[in-house]
Amino acid sequence: MGKIWRVSGPLVIGEDMKGSQVYEIVEIGSEGLVGEIIGLEEDRAIIQAHEDTLELKVGETIRGTGTILTAELGPGIVGSIYDGLQKSLTVLMEKDSFIKRGAKVFALPRDKKWQFSPKVKVGDAVSEGDIIGTVPETNLLEHRIMVPVGIKGVIKEIREGEYTVEEPVTWLEDNGEVKELTMMRRWPVRKPRPYKQRFAPSRLLITGMRIIDYMFPLALGGKAAMPGGFGTGKTVALQQLARWAQTQLNIYVGCGERGNEMADVLYSFRKLKDPATGRLLQEKEVFIANTSNMPVVAREASIFVGITLAEYFRDMGYDVLLVADSTSRWAEAMREIGGRLEEIPGEEGFPAYLGSRLSSFYERSGLVECLGSPERRGSVTVAGAVSPPGADFSEPVTQNTLRIIDALYSLDVSLANKRHFPAINWLTSYSLYVDDVKGWWSEISPEWDVTRATALKLLQQEAELEEIVRLVGPEALPEGDKLVLLVTRMIREDFLMQSAYHEIDTYCMPAKAQLMLKTIIKFYELAQPMLDSGVSVAEIRSSPIVPRISRMKDIPNDTFEQRIKELWSEMEASLVAQRGGVS
Amino acid sequence: MTSSSLYVKETKAIKRTKGSLLVAESIPDIKFGEIVDVWLSSGEVKRGQAIDISKEVTVVQVFGGVSEVDLIGSKIRCKGETLKLAVSEDILGRIFNGIGEPIDGGPSVVPEDYLDVNGLPINPAGREPPAEFIETGISAIDGLNALVRGQKLPIFSGSGLPHNRIVAQIIRQAAVKRKEEQFAIVFAAIGVSYDDAAFFMKNLEQTGARERTVAFINTASDPVIERISTPRLALTAGEYLAWKQGMHVLVILADMTNYCEALRELSAMREEIPSRRGYPGYMYTDLATMYERAGRIFGKGGSVTIMPILTMPDDDITHPIPDLTGYITEGQIVLSRELERKGIYPPIDVFLSLSRMMKEGIGAGKTREDHNNVFMQLYAAYAEGCNLREISTIIGAEALGERDKIYLTVADRFEREFISQGEFEKRKVEETLDTGWELFSALPEEDLKLIGEELIKKYLPKYSEKT
Ligand SMILES: Nc1ncnc2c1ncn2[C@@H]1O[C@H](COP(=O)(O)OP(=O)(O)OP(=O)(O)O)[C@@H](O)[C@H]1O
Ligand SMILES: [Mg+2]
Repeated sequence: MGKIWRVSGPLVIGEDMKGSQVYEIVEIGSEGLVGEIIGLEEDRAIIQAHEDTLELKVGETIRGTGTILTAELGPGIVGSIYDGLQKSLTVLMEKDSFIKRGAKVFALPRDKKWQFSPKVKVGDAVSEGDIIGTVPETNLLEHRIMVPVGIKGVIKEIREGEYTVEEPVTWLEDNGEVKELTMMRRWPVRKPRPYKQRFAPSRLLITGMRIIDYMFPLALGGKAAMPGGFGTGKTVALQQLARWAQTQLNIYVGCGERGNEMADVLYSFRKLKDPATGRLLQEKEVFIANTSNMPVVAREASIFVGITLAEYFRDMGYDVLLVADSTSRWAEAMREIGGRLEEIPGEEGFPAYLGSRLSSFYERSGLVECLGSPERRGSVTVAGAVSPPGADFSEPVTQNTLRIIDALYSLDVSLANKRHFPAINWLTSYSLYVDDVKGWWSEISPEWDVTRATALKLLQQEAELEEIVRLVGPEALPEGDKLVLLVTRMIREDFLMQSAYHEIDTYCMPAKAQLMLKTIIKFYELAQPMLDSGVSVAEIRSSPIVPRISRMKDIPNDTFEQRIKELWSEMEASLVAQRGGVS
Repeated sequence: MTSSSLYVKETKAIKRTKGSLLVAESIPDIKFGEIVDVWLSSGEVKRGQAIDISKEVTVVQVFGGVSEVDLIGSKIRCKGETLKLAVSEDILGRIFNGIGEPIDGGPSVVPEDYLDVNGLPINPAGREPPAEFIETGISAIDGLNALVRGQKLPIFSGSGLPHNRIVAQIIRQAAVKRKEEQFAIVFAAIGVSYDDAAFFMKNLEQTGARERTVAFINTASDPVIERISTPRLALTAGEYLAWKQGMHVLVILADMTNYCEALRELSAMREEIPSRRGYPGYMYTDLATMYERAGRIFGKGGSVTIMPILTMPDDDITHPIPDLTGYITEGQIVLSRELERKGIYPPIDVFLSLSRMMKEGIGAGKTREDHNNVFMQLYAAYAEGCNLREISTIIGAEALGERDKIYLTVADRFEREFISQGEFEKRKVEETLDTGWELFSALPEEDLKLIGEELIKKYLPKYSEKT
C-alpha cells in the first residue's frame, strides 16, 4: 500500500511503494482507479492511470494488486464488447449509458453455465495445450478447453455437465499433488502465448475484397498494414475484413477511433450473416472498443488485450483475424505517456521504442503448430490501420510499420476523393504472399497469376499513357493505346472498384473475381483484332456489351459461373457482329 | 460556474511564475483539476486550475489574461471546486461568457444540477447509430454529403469564405424544421470577431430561434485561455438539453482554429514537447473528447449534432488543425476558393467534402430510393469532367472528342445548376435529386453505369416525362 505523491494527467507517481513490480496493476484513490506501474525508482512508482485522474489528491492511497495486466480467457468471450482493459461494455450498459470511472466488471460472465464435454478420460496423462474438453460457445464456435501452459498431470476426475467458468471441471494429479482446473484462464497480455512451431503462411485468407484476394493477397498468419489519410477508407476496409474474412474468429479492435463507427459495426454484425455458414456474424466476433474519448492509456492496453485473445483462440487450432483501427492512435497513447515521463523523445515526439513496440504487436501474428494434442494448426492474421498526419507516409508510425509488415494496402486520398473505393492504390501496394498462395489459387484457377500479371501490367501502362494524355489529349493517342485506356478503365471501375454497401458486391468469392477479370481480359483480346479491321475504339466503347460487363458485379456469387458463360458468348457474338459491320 | 464545498484554503507561497502558470508550494488536499481563485496583488481575482499536483509543488494555470508581473505576490484560494456548469431548462435563450457566467444582464441560472464540463464518454455499446436525415435545403449537402442527427460534421473554410452565411442558412432551413419536435441550438463563439458573433445572434433572432438557443461567447478580445473552456461549456449545455430534456440539439462551434491556437499556446507555456508545427501531441485526443460528445443513445429521445467551423491556415487541408479534425469527425464540408472566385454560392468542394454517416440516412423511406445511385453517378461524371477540364487547359477543349466535350459541359452545369443556389433558396431533397437527373439526361445513357436500369426508366426525364 502506497500513497499518491504526484498527479499530472494520466501520470501518477506513488511513494512508499516498495515491493511493487513493474507492470503491476494498482488501484488508485477511494474509487480504485486502475493504473499500471511502468517504472520504479527506489520507493516511488511511476504509474500510468487507465482511467481519468480528475479530482485525485496527493496522499490518497494506492493499493497494489500483486497481479499484472491479464486477460480473462474462457467461454463467454465470443460476441462480447469489451473496453481496452477487457471490461464488458454490455454489462456496464446495464448500469448507465455513460462510462463512469472506477467501475469494476468481469470480462467473462460468472453466473452463466456452459455445457462442458470431456475429451479425455480418467487416467490419461495430459500436459500444456492438450484439449481436455469442449464447450459449444456459439453456433459457430466450439470453445476448446486446454490444459494451462506449464501444467501437466494425470486426470483424476473430469466432469461432464453444465458449469460456470469458476467451477472446477477437472482434477489433475502431478507428483502426488492434485490440481483443480476450471474453464477460465488468465494470461498476461504483454507476453506472447507459446506454441510448438511456426510455419510460413501458405493459405489465402479469403476476404471477399477483389483488390486484396486477387491482386495483393493476404495469407492466413500474415501481417498487413493499411495506411491512408482521413476518409480514405481504412475503417470501412477493416470492417469489411472483419465481416467477411473466412476465418473462425475475428477480433475488431477500435483503438482511439469513433464511437458512432463502433455503434455501426455492432449494429450491422447483429444483422449480417456469414456467407459460408449463414449464421449471424456476431457469433464469430469479438469487439474491443476503446474510442478516442475513452482514457488514452487504456488504448495502449487494448491492442495487447486483443492480440492475447487472438492467440488464445489460435491455440485451439483456429484461424483468427485481428484488425486494429488505428495503430496510430495506439502509438500516440505511448507518445503521451512518454511525454509526461519526460523521456527523451525520438522522431516527432514518439518514444524511441516505438518500432519495437509496434513489432511486439505485429510479430504475434503467424501460422503455428499449437501446443498439446491433438495435433493442430492455428493462425493469427493481423491487419492494422495507420493514420499518417497529412496523409504523409514518411512519418514515424508508417515508416516503422512498413519495416515489419508483409502486405501493404496503401490508401490514396485522390482515389478516395473521386469516390474510387476501396481506395487501395494498385501501383504502390504490395503483398509478399503472392508466391505463398499461388498453390492455393491454382486450385481455383491455374491462370490466376497470369491474369493478375496481365492486369497489373496494363494498369502500369495506363499510368504512363495518362502522362502522355495530359500533354497531347486523349484524341491524339493511337487507337491501340486508346483501347488500353478503355480496358484499364474497365479493370478499375468494373473490377477493382467494389462498394462495401452494395448488397451483392460487398462480398466477392475468389472464383467470381477470377471470372470477372478474365472477362475483361477476354474483351481486350477480342477487341484487338477489331482495330485491325478498322473498327474504332469509340465504336467498341459504345458496344452494348460494355455496360453488360460493368454490371457483372450485380450477379450473385452462386449463379455467377452460369451467367458469365452466357455473357461470354454474347460478347463474342456482339463484337464479331460489329467487326462484320465494318468490313 | 462551479460547485463548491465549504472549506477554504489559502497559500501565498508562490515559488515561481511562468507565463500564466503559477508554481506554488504544495497545497494540501487540493484536487487534480481543481478550480481555484487567484488573488492578484492588484486586488483583482482570477480563476485558475490545478494542472499538476505533488507533495512538492502545485502548478496552477491562471485563466483570464494575466502576465507574469501580475502574478507576483498573488495568493491562491481553494474551495474544492472543479469546473462545472449550472444547468436547468432556463439556460435556453441565455448568453454566457467563456467560463459560464451570464453576460446578457439576466439573473444567474437557478441550477437544477451542476455538470462537469468534460462530460463522460458515451458507452460505445449504448450508442444508437445515427440514421435520421436532416434536410438542410442545400443540394451540395443533402444530395452528396447528407447530414444526420447525432453526427459531427465540420465546415473547413478559409479566411474570407462564406462559412458563416452557410451555417446561418443551415440553421434557418434545417434546425428549426420540425416545430412539433423539441430542438435547441447551442452556439459557441470561440475567439471570433465581435461582428461574427453578432451576425449569428442576429440571424438566430430573425429565424425566431433565439429563445431556443444557448450561447457562449468568447470574442477575439476576451481572454485566450477561456477558449479552452468555451466549447466544453457549450457541449455540456447541449448534452443536458439532449439527454435530460430529450431535445435534438445542434451545437455550432465557431471557430475551432482559435481553440487549437489557444491549446498550442497553453502547451507551450507548460513547456510540453510539441508535435507537428508546435501543436501538442494530445491535440487529437483533446479534440476527440469534445467531438465524441455528439451522438444518439438507446433509450434517450434527444440527440447531439455538432457542426464545428474552422478556418484552414493558408487554405491547407493538411495543416494539423483540419487534418486532426478530419481524423475525428464523421466527414467534412470543405469550401473552395476557386468556386468562390467563379461566383458560386455555396462554394462547396464536393471532392474534398464527405459525409460518413450519409448512407444510413438516405434511401427509400428516408429521402428517395435513387439517392445513393444519383450520388455515385454524379461524382463519377463530375470527376470525369474535372479531369478533362484539366487536360483541356493544356490542349484546348476543341482537341477533345465528342463524348469528352459532353462531360466538360456537364461538369460546368453541375457547378452552376446543382452546387450553386440562392442563400435563401431551400431545395427539397427531391428537387436536388431531380436536378441530378437533369444533368444525366445530357450524358450517353450507357454511361449511367452506377444506376440500375429500373431507376433509369423511372427517373430519367426522357422516360419519366412520358408517363
Ligand atoms: N469500400 C467502400 N465502399 C464504399 N464506400 C467506401 C468504401 N470505403 C470507404 N468508403 C467511403 O469513404 C468514407 C470514409 O471511409 P472510412 O471511414 O473508412 O475512412 P478512414 O480511412 O477510416 O478515415 P479516418 O482515418 O478518418 O478514420 C466512408 O464513410 C464511405 O463513405
Ligand atoms: Mg477510420
